[in-house]
Amino acid sequence: MTPQDRADRLWAAVSARDEFEAEEVVLGAVEAGVDPETVLLEVIGAVQRRVGQEWAANRLSVAGEHAATAINERVVSALVLSLPRVRPTRAKVAVACVDGEWHALPARLVAEVLRLRGFRVDYLGAQVPTAHLITHLHRTGPDAVALSSSIATRLPTAHATITACQAAGAPVIAGGAAFGPEGRYALLLGAQAWAPDARSAADRLATPLPLPRLGHQAIDDLPHLADQEYTMVSRTSALLVKAVYTGLEDRLPEMGGYTEEQRQRTAEDLAHIVDFLTTALYIGDEGLFTGFLAWTADILAARSVPARVLLPALELLAAELRDFPRATALLEQSAAVLSTDPDPAPATGSRPAPQAQHLPGATTT
Amino acid sequence: MLKKVNAVPLSEPGQSTRPAPPHALATGWQGAPYPAVVLDHDGVLLVANDAAEALLPFGPPEWLTSARSDGGRVPGEIDHRSFEAHPVPHDDGAATWWLVEDTDTRLALDALRVERKRAALLGDASAALLASLNIDRCTEVAARLAAEHLADAALVIAPPVRRQCSTVVCLRGQEPVHHALRVDPAAVPGLSEALQGFPPVPSRWIDPASAPEWLRPEGFGEIGSMVVTPLPGLGVAAGALVLLRHAGQPAFSEEEEIFARLYAARAGAAMSAARMFAQQASITDTLMRELLPPRLSQVAGVEFAGRYRPAQDTERIGGDFYDVHPAADEESLAVLGDVCGKGLEAAVLTGKIRTTLRALLPGADNHDRVLNQLNDTLLDPVSTRFATLVLASARREGAGVRLRVSCAGHPAPLVVRADGQVEQVSSQGTLVGVMPKVRTTTAQITLGPGETCLLFTDGITEARGGPLGEEMFGEDRLRRALADCVGMPADAIVEHVQMLAAHWLGARDHDDMAVVAITAPRGRHLTAVGGHSRGRFTA
Repeated sequence: MTPQDRADRLWAAVSARDEFEAEEVVLGAVEAGVDPETVLLEVIGAVQRRVGQEWAANRLSVAGEHAATAINERVVSALVLSLPRVRPTRAKVAVACVDGEWHALPARLVAEVLRLRGFRVDYLGAQVPTAHLITHLHRTGPDAVALSSSIATRLPTAHATITACQAAGAPVIAGGAAFGPEGRYALLLGAQAWAPDARSAADRLATPLPLPRLGHQAIDDLPHLADQEYTMVSRTSALLVKAVYTGLEDRLPEMGGYTEEQRQRTAEDLAHIVDFLTTALYIGDEGLFTGFLAWTADILAARSVPARVLLPALELLAAELRDFPRATALLEQSAAVLSTDPDPAPATGSRPAPQAQHLPGATTT
Repeated sequence: MLKKVNAVPLSEPGQSTRPAPPHALATGWQGAPYPAVVLDHDGVLLVANDAAEALLPFGPPEWLTSARSDGGRVPGEIDHRSFEAHPVPHDDGAATWWLVEDTDTRLALDALRVERKRAALLGDASAALLASLNIDRCTEVAARLAAEHLADAALVIAPPVRRQCSTVVCLRGQEPVHHALRVDPAAVPGLSEALQGFPPVPSRWIDPASAPEWLRPEGFGEIGSMVVTPLPGLGVAAGALVLLRHAGQPAFSEEEEIFARLYAARAGAAMSAARMFAQQASITDTLMRELLPPRLSQVAGVEFAGRYRPAQDTERIGGDFYDVHPAADEESLAVLGDVCGKGLEAAVLTGKIRTTLRALLPGADNHDRVLNQLNDTLLDPVSTRFATLVLASARREGAGVRLRVSCAGHPAPLVVRADGQVEQVSSQGTLVGVMPKVRTTTAQITLGPGETCLLFTDGITEARGGPLGEEMFGEDRLRRALADCVGMPADAIVEHVQMLAAHWLGARDHDDMAVVAITAPRGRHLTAVGGHSRGRFTA
């Protein structure tokens, strides 16, 4: 049986929320002599990637994703407990998620692979406020921090975390979809290294990461932040969402008949657009915003909804942000892409938040 | 002797209006305070003024006679003094060279360069030393920087703890290495004093020949010179720094020793701070351990899971708490509560309540009695300490779970049914710690396989935020969210609820937030007991 076959079986078990069968698949693989690292990454990891894809394609609810992930988490624990403990002989690594990141499993897989390879690992998991992470670094003095983030809108926090780790003397290796294609945002945000997956992270950590530069200032990474656009736009994001929402109500009479839940979802969709816009302003990368919109358009296209339904929202945003040159340029460019390209290419790269089935027009077909 | 050269005769009066050539015997030139010479095109001396004659009794130096007069200022040395020669070219290819001494300027510039380098090094050293509050890292940095900038190798020796000295050795260009040595510092002159920080001692030379073996780093080779410098900490001695140079290298100069002391002051302060931080952190950890929310798992065939988020992200504890107590008769007691106040003080109160409840466990089958006994201990005429609480006794029965739930001033738990219905538990009661008597009603519930009872604190429902800002998360939204959680494991439900509330909040302030899920395991088997083994089948 190939790892792929086992991954298919595990997927079936996880989809059926059959924890027992899931455990059988994984422990059975180890008993059949499959290397534990392969089980972690090519069976469990493969299923988790599929969970992500199903969710991104809107075929799995957020709650469903949580259920699947919880089973996968337990399966990892069961697998790890069934293996003989590897005596740690190599560098000390702290593995953590960026604060606000809820997808802990990728980091967990990295932690377990590092343990299997003999690293001394402190796995801090998700929902670790940066202050706790820093205290942990001072207490334990690891040789490196492995930082995971899957959602691009966490990038500003990721930057603060990377800078804080380095200020505490710990070099950072970043990983996860948030850091963009080829990890370009990881290097932009000053991480010492980036790894596309758990194996390459473990390979990279086999040689010590360079120590953080002394006297490095976070603003040096992103000099464009001096224009304060990010600060102003992110500070007023709730007001922006409200203004755009009200503007949409004026333009589109059908919104008057929305249920309370539809209204909330629409507002959430707008909040996501604003989130990605502010993140693009922070990073200074227009691809981050246009990529998100392309992904959204893709989801809409799958439901035979033209991407043009996003245009009124973008126009209203542009009107609100007319005093901000970078934001204005971003919105104009995105609007041009959406109105000319009826079938935009699917977005690769970071994992956007699920949304956009509720924008006016999107639910009418 | 300076060659005497005939001066060019003065042009005759009236013949020319040209200004007199500079080598004209003007008294101003001749007596000028700066030495000046006139050299012809080939560098041959034509004339020198008085100051030049005094300075150059043996004629102009080669660097001057060979200099080009159209190339600007030329630096050079005369008699171990430093000069700059400023040329003023004449029409005929000759030039007057004014010699301006800049010995002092140069010395000052050299000193400035050295000082700048040292200041930069001390600045960088401070930044590097202060970066980590981890004592091992900090010591490594101290040894590494010293080996790079002050010597060929450096040892940082910590004050002995139980007659053991932990040392870090670093050879220039190599990684620092830790050792724990059982040694006698008194055997090395000056080391004991340096390690004790008393009496105050300056740096002290050690004769390399008499230095004990453990002071000689492996692979260093022959030691030329060796000096011990105390590392004064923040009022307590941080250790000693031993600097070594290879044989054949110049020994440490007095200035270098002074500089080493400046460096040692910074390194010592950083190491002291790191050691104090480690002590404080260890105390905090020990005290905090009892207050942290426990990790919940399966108990006697019932799944439990809890998630806690304190109001202050910088703290790990707060005014909400939960516990699950397994009981001998297979009925476990889950408790979730919320005390008045926030932060550490509230957390201390939760600790007292949790301890009291543990003591009351033998009679825990009677919720009313437990709540009233707790009420008695909290009642205090001086301070107002009160709490809201929900107790849930859970017993596995067949494939389902029997629950008895009692609320004391606490939001009623919600039950997620297999068909997606979300019901509120019908129990209510008064706060604990306010009135002489607590009145509650106890609700009886049966959970079918995959059904969950969720206990939560008002931090969840009262979370303010949402896409438009100031809206409450509210119980309706929580019910809708739970309706999506049918058949989910307890772990996934608590995580899901905390995530929704966190997204709702965004970066806004919030109260302590706690949730506990009690779930009847679904399907054909009891999930792994404690999540650790492969589990067992139900009949």
